[in-house]
This record gives sequence, C-alpha cells and structure tokens, in this order.
Amino acid sequence: MKDVRAHAGFPIKPVYGPEDLAGVDAERDIGRPGEYPYTRGIHAHMYRERLWTMRQYVGFGTPKETNARFKYLMAHGQDALNVAFDLPTQLGLDSDDPRAEGEVGRVGMAVDTLADMEEAFAGIPLDRVSVSLTINGMAAPITAMYYAVAGQQGAAADRVVTTPQNDMLKEFVARGTWIYPVDPSLRLVADLIEFSAKHYPRSNPVSVCGYHIREAGCTTAQEMAYGLAIAAAYVELMLGRGMQVDEFAPRISFNFTAWGKIFEEVAKFRAGRRLYARMMRERFGAKNPKSWMFRSLIGGGGSAFVMQEPENNIVRGAYIALAAALSGAQTIALPTYDEAYTIPSARAQLIALRTMQICAEESGAADTVDPLAGSYYVEALTGEMERAIGDELARVERMGGIVEAIKSGAIQAEVARQAYLFEQKLVSGEIAKVAANCHVGDTAAEADREVALYAFDPAALAAQVARLEKIRRERDNAAVARALARLSDAARGHDNLMVPILEAVKAYATIGEINRAMKDVFGEHKEPVGF
Amino acid sequence: MKILIAKPGLDGHDRGAKVVAHALRDAGVEVVYSGLKRTPEEIVQDAIQEDVDVVGLSILSGAHVPLARRVIDGLRAAGAGDIKVVVGGIVPPRDIDELKSLGVARVFPMGTPLPRIVAAFTGQGEPSDSGGLGPASREASKMKGAGER
Repeated sequence: MKDVRAHAGFPIKPVYGPEDLAGVDAERDIGRPGEYPYTRGIHAHMYRERLWTMRQYVGFGTPKETNARFKYLMAHGQDALNVAFDLPTQLGLDSDDPRAEGEVGRVGMAVDTLADMEEAFAGIPLDRVSVSLTINGMAAPITAMYYAVAGQQGAAADRVVTTPQNDMLKEFVARGTWIYPVDPSLRLVADLIEFSAKHYPRSNPVSVCGYHIREAGCTTAQEMAYGLAIAAAYVELMLGRGMQVDEFAPRISFNFTAWGKIFEEVAKFRAGRRLYARMMRERFGAKNPKSWMFRSLIGGGGSAFVMQEPENNIVRGAYIALAAALSGAQTIALPTYDEAYTIPSARAQLIALRTMQICAEESGAADTVDPLAGSYYVEALTGEMERAIGDELARVERMGGIVEAIKSGAIQAEVARQAYLFEQKLVSGEIAKVAANCHVGDTAAEADREVALYAFDPAALAAQVARLEKIRRERDNAAVARALARLSDAARGHDNLMVPILEAVKAYATIGEINRAMKDVFGEHKEPVGF
Repeated sequence: MKILIAKPGLDGHDRGAKVVAHALRDAGVEVVYSGLKRTPEEIVQDAIQEDVDVVGLSILSGAHVPLARRVIDGLRAAGAGDIKVVVGGIVPPRDIDELKSLGVARVFPMGTPLPRIVAAFTGQGEPSDSGGLGPASREASKMKGAGER
C-alpha cells in the first residue's frame, strides 16, 4: 500500500474511524461556529450571512493603468482591492533612482508621491471599498498616503477600511523587502498599529503572514506556527508600549495560503484558529471575543502552479478556492494560471475571479458552515495539525523566540532546508505535479505553443519619471525640507513616526525622500546570508 | 567548477536561488551565494574576487534583461568575459532569445526540473549541443580566459 504523508510530515492513514477521535472533547475542542475556540470558524452562520470577500492582488505599471484594472475587476463583481506595488516603491526608492532600473512598474504599480495614490484610487470611494495594501518596509508612508487620499475624498476616518500588510518579521524570512534593521523595522510596525488603532478604528493595521513563508518553502505546520509566533511578537510589542490587548488585537488580521492537500489545509486553519483563540485569551488575557478571532485572507499560493500546460493551473485554482472556502476564509485571492511566466493578464485575472464566483455561487461550498466538521478524518487531522504546530512553536522557543531566530537567520535556514527537501520530493515524484513530474505530455509540441501573456509597457517608466519630475518642480520644496527634517528628528527620538510621515506625504515628499530621512537614522539591515 | 549564485536588483524571492545553490553543492560544485539585493557591479566584483567559472543570476521580478546586460557588460569591461552567465527565474518565453543575444549562456525558466539545472553544470546527461557549462567547456574557457583575468 502506498505510503502517504501530510506536507507537515506525519503519516496519513488509509481509513479513519471513531477510535481516532478518542482524545477529542467535542465541546472543548470543536465547539460551535462563531464561539470560542472558533475551530469551526469565527462566524455563526458564515457565508449564509456574508460571502467571503473576493480580493485579487492587482497592480502594475503606472497608477493610471492599475486604476483601470481595478475598475475592470470591480465591474465584474470583485468587491474589494488588494494593491500590488512595484519593488522600488516597496523598498523606498524613487522611480528615477539608479537602483530602480528595470524594476519600475514591473511587479506592481509605481508610487512616488501622494499624487500617484490619488490617481490610483480616483473614482473609487474609499469609505465604501476595503483595500489591502501589500506593503511592508514602506507601510507607514504608503498607508499615510492612503489615509490622506481618503481624507481628500471626504471619507470619515471611521469609515476607512484598509489593511496594510505591515508584517516586517516575515519580510526578513521570506519576500525580502526589508530596509532597516529588525528593531527600527518593528518600531515602524508598532507606530502604524498604534496610530491606526487611535485614529482609523476600522483599519486592520497589520496582516500577519504565514503565506510568504510557506511560499518560501516551509511546511503547513511551520506556516501556521511561524505566523502565530509572529502575531504573538506583535502583541508583545504593543503591550510593551502600554496599550491594552483589546485596544488593538481585534484589528489584527492574517494572510495564509491554501494549496496542496485540501483536507490538510482545512485542518491547518481549524487548528490555527483554536490555537490563536487560546493564546489570545489565556496567554494575553484578551477579554473581547474579537481579539480571539483568527480572521484570515486565504490566498492561493502561486507555488502550487506549474509552467507546463499552464491552463491546468485554472483547475488547480478551483481546488484552492474550494480548500479556502472549506477552511472558513474571510477573504480569498487566487493566483492566476500565467504566474509562472509573468504578471497576470487581465484575462487570467478575470478567470481567477470567476473561479471564486463559481465556487461561491454554484458549488454549494458556501451553503453551510464548516461542512467537514465531524468527519473522523478531518477532526483527527485537526488534532494532528495542532500537535505539529505546537511542536514547531516549541522549536521556535528553543531558538530563542521568533525575533531572535529571525535575527540570527535560524528560521531562514530552516525554511531553505525545507524548500530543498520539497524540491527533492518533486524530483522523486513523492509530491506529484501533473504534466510536470507525472503524466508528462509532448514537451516539444508544448514548448511551441503560445500562451497569451501580459506584455510590459516600457513607456510606463518614462511617464512615471516625467510625473515625478513635475511634482518635484511644482511642490513647496521648503515645506518638504521642513517635514523631512522633522521626520529625521522624530526617528532619533521615540514619538510616533506616523505624524511626521503624514506631514511629509501631504507636502508631496517622495517615497525615496521619506525613506532616506529614516535610513540616515536607522541604518540598513544586514542579511544573515546562507543556504 | 565554482559558481556564484547571485540575486541582482530588488527582488527578494530567494527560494529558487537557495534550492539551486544547495543542489549544486550536493553535486560537488563549489557554490558561493550572494544574498539579496546585490547590484550588478557588486556581483561582477564578487565573481572576479571569488574566481568563479559561472555566475547564476536569479531574477523573479521581470527585470532580467537590464540586470543580465549590466552583469555581462561589467564582466567584459573588467576583462572577465570568460565567466559564463546563466539566468533563472520568471522569464517569459519571448525574453529567452533576447537574453541569449546579450551573451547569457543558459536560461532556466520557472519550472525547469532541478536535475536538468544540475546536469548543465556537471555535464552529466546533457545533450552535446546545449551549451554545457560542465568541466570540459570550463577548462577550455579557462585556458582562453587566463590571460585576460
């Protein structure tokens, strides 16, 4: 009989039965949807009352092009946005910085100043549309720009719903858009959380990500364990500032992936919700039930997709949507079938949106809450996942805690090791990828076939730089200089940096200038390099 | 055989670079890994200092053409044009010819099986016309390049 293992490493049995639920206390461990410990989901009626939010990750070229794509998807029923920024923006470089060569507008839209954010959201009412901002190292200035645009539009602060990712700890492990060393990076994370909690009560000022760490190679159990450990680190950070846990914890959100084995993913989320609820209530003493809830975007991991016969990725996307729905996602985003080649075409993005809509409207997956509850397999697997996640959390503690383990590079080394093990399993066929490592078709004929792909428009760069130069000429440069000086002064002290950042942003200081004002004080992160 | 696996530009995705580095090391290749966000100039300098045979650039951001061009131009300008440059990452098919015309020896787009990448360096199981980077071609290029470096 074939040996089968979960991605988390433990064996999967061919049959499960009542004996596998021996240690499970239904009331204590499973409970009811919408009730502690939320194993079955954070809402009592889930999708019967409100379907998950559909939020494709979008952004490319200039803000003008991105604004058009936003509107295209919204016209087809997407109800929220998730903004992709280009790498220069994410790293605090202006579009005409020599280090930005070739990168402007590539993996997201270019933002140099507030004017770009104004254009990106022109005609999109920010008091009605919720917007995720996939931004980390530059989360404070980009979110400041977002708040400023919302203010210009006349949106009341308590109507603004935005989710800056603002999860720097995972950037040091995966994704890599770090700028400053770990400690000042954490200060900025905390400044944005604190400022938003006080002034923008419906914003979600941090989205704790297991997603990218899993995409970088770790296992399902590690994805959840590292995410929970990072969430705990942020809670401790905010408590250290004198905030009460219930002042900020209700607005903590999560971003995880769901690809691979459907039932293992469902079990991962059920176990994760239970662990998070217990951690927040028992360890941190949170009293508000909203502080106990693991609210998550579930984004399908692009690493699930393969280059060979790319249309098959559409089918993979449908299974991911199903896994996410069965997992009780609050928001779903899917990768597009062309991601192994380049950024998504409009067509590919529409297909991903349609995939979610078909799952929601036609499949029946949204009809009843947590439909897999009570399955011998899924309940036993949820318990196994909880144990596996607990083991990984204990390992993190032995490394000195998540912050120390990231500073030393221990987590990065473990993730790289797992990525290599995973690759070896792809080579051996233990992990199957149809048309890539099993049932491989006629590769020569396949190589000659054209896939309609997005084509980068190099004119975007010229337009962006021209716009930036015009703003530098026309703005009040004395006001910019004053704001930047105040920002540098504040960086040397302990005041919340969102205040001077907002002032600089409103004076049309560039992202590069704002970054430099802080980098002069904070210095740069030195990566612990290894593999 | 010695290779520098490098991450030029701003892209922070290092899973592929580290997996390939690991696999090549296991196959007996001496591997140096640059870490993230190196400039083309730093990569040229490291390649010469480490006396590598091949530079492997890992780029997933779409900036592969200008970045590969700057590394190749930099190596040539420094008299180290015998160091071969290969590129891996998210490379759309239409860009492969352009990279090769710049002088990139091999392109390994997303989805290339790991054994095929390793074989390109060790010369095992490689078709003879595929521009192998293996020991034989390396020795030849070293002899040609010895004077220049």
